[in-house]
Amino acid sequence: MSTELTNKITVRDLKLWYGDFQAINGIDLDIYSGKVTAFIGPSGCGKSTFLRTMNRMNDRIASCRVEGQILLEGQDIYAPEVDVVQLRTHVGMVFQKPNPFPKSIYENIAYAPRIHGIVHDGPEMDELVEKSLRKASIWEEVKDKLQQPGTALSGGQQQRLCIARTIAVEPDVILMDEPCSALDPIATAKIEELMDELKQEYTIVIVTHNMQQAARVSDYTAYFYLGDLVEFGETTQIFTAPRHQKTEDYITGRFG
Amino acid sequence: MNKPINYIAGAANPRQKQRERADTRFRLYGMTALALAMMFLVFFFIDIIGKAIPAFYQTEVHVTINYVEAAKTNYNKAIDHKLSHIVSRGWLRGLPQYLQAHPEMIGSSSEEWVAADSRVDQYIKQHDGHGLKSRYQKIVDEMSADGRVRQVFNSGFFTTGDSKLPEQAGIMAAAVGSVFTLLLTMLVAVPIGVMTAIYLEEFADDNTVTRAIEVNINNLAAIPSILYGLLGLAIFINFMGVPRSSALAGGLTLALMTLPIIIIATRASLRAVPETIREAAYGLGASSLQTVWHHVLPLAMPGILTGSIIGLAQAMGETAPLIIVGMMAYIPEPSSSILDATTVLPAQVYTWSTESMGGYAERTSAGILVLLTVLLSLNAVAVKLRNRSQQTW
Repeated sequence: MSTELTNKITVRDLKLWYGDFQAINGIDLDIYSGKVTAFIGPSGCGKSTFLRTMNRMNDRIASCRVEGQILLEGQDIYAPEVDVVQLRTHVGMVFQKPNPFPKSIYENIAYAPRIHGIVHDGPEMDELVEKSLRKASIWEEVKDKLQQPGTALSGGQQQRLCIARTIAVEPDVILMDEPCSALDPIATAKIEELMDELKQEYTIVIVTHNMQQAARVSDYTAYFYLGDLVEFGETTQIFTAPRHQKTEDYITGRFG
Repeated sequence: MNKPINYIAGAANPRQKQRERADTRFRLYGMTALALAMMFLVFFFIDIIGKAIPAFYQTEVHVTINYVEAAKTNYNKAIDHKLSHIVSRGWLRGLPQYLQAHPEMIGSSSEEWVAADSRVDQYIKQHDGHGLKSRYQKIVDEMSADGRVRQVFNSGFFTTGDSKLPEQAGIMAAAVGSVFTLLLTMLVAVPIGVMTAIYLEEFADDNTVTRAIEVNINNLAAIPSILYGLLGLAIFINFMGVPRSSALAGGLTLALMTLPIIIIATRASLRAVPETIREAAYGLGASSLQTVWHHVLPLAMPGILTGSIIGLAQAMGETAPLIIVGMMAYIPEPSSSILDATTVLPAQVYTWSTESMGGYAERTSAGILVLLTVLLSLNAVAVKLRNRSQQTW
């Protein structure tokens, strides 16, 4: 399967500072198209920060400065002519804590397609809402209560609603920042199942603290430590035959 | 090395008693403080309401009115000489005008209930210091025995402006002034305050300038309100030429005073909107404006409204800055435009409180009651909005 790998995202010598503090020290990494890539590493290693550079969510932090290149299908997303709003419709994001808007389930999905003018309100929108909810395997649970607030759902359902909301704008890449850390094991299993289906259509990058989860859902794994990318490779290789001592120490639970 | 079991109450645990005593003591202090505060409040209300209720009643006397020709020029001719100090002078003064308009009445006479003089009113209400001379007291006593004295609901209090005769003084002019002034304050302070807060909270960079502005806004909310009066006088009246005593001058001055309150309240409610909501919107590719407009502002709205209402309620009860812009004025007629000289409820209350006649004293309390009712209603609306905003995210 490694024969036909294409790069969705190519990161070259990425450095990031918060004020004077350098949080990422020059990372080179390839995110392959149609694969699930997991970022693991101890707290504060920069994996979440790195994830957020890929759809420029870190732009919102005034003290944050980025150097280097992140190419999305060959186009540098930090180039001055890039429209961040458009970029984020290509690179969607699911957050640690489920954060549906305090509006109806329908509105949660319809919001982004509407503001980007992808689809106008009406039957087309109804169709898109249904399609997105189906893709996120939550349609059956919510189809009778689309007008109820999204915040009334359970945590796991909320997170799947957030995933549905993200895929409603048809992104190429979905970034997931510890999407299951606030969920119980059953809800977690559903999200993991969902990721397996979604990778047919989307490239997924997931940050996780849960080693088993990384091993279960990802095809590739990157291990970060103190702002450095220590090791990157196929998940099976990382978990069975890590090349670096640090990686082995971490995945065997000796620290972290 | 096991510790002895000591979680059973009793001799084995001497510190427990001490702890519980301290607990009880503290609770007692709290209850005492609360009781004291409640006592003051109850006393205040009983006092105000007790003094205000008589103001809602006006004494009337049943007298014979002679519509003679001479009354056109000298209204005292219309009435029995000894009754001229019993009947309200204000009512009598209206007679010549009435006769001009109704010349057919001349030559007739009728028995009518007319408003009594304030001193008679106070005497009937048995207030000390009514100031009614003893010979008039005798007349009133006789009339009372004949059933020619009665008390009716004082609707005039709500329909007339201030007067030099206490029995004719009403709250209307001040109420109209308060409405005009407060409307102007709202129209100026709410949009500017909310916009400023949104800009500072959601768009401005966090740098030295914005931090200096923030510190200054917080300080402005705490400076004595009379200074805003001086500012208003300097800017609006002396520089911009706004008419003195007008609702416009007062409204703009109060808007200056209310701005920091609204800005602070708005910023606080914007800050209370969870960051995750903003991240969700940005993550979907919403612009800053869309994020604020579609998601943050609707969630912050109840808080913004609450803060604005409380700020406006405070402005409504404010007197000090309005003294400086000339709103502590004698206004017998409700104003019809924002450029007319006018007064406001608290200023009217103050004006009455400085008068010596008993009729003004009860009107002072009644004015306070009206003011309090309006303020409490405003605050009730604010509380209701706040309760509605308590949703989970």
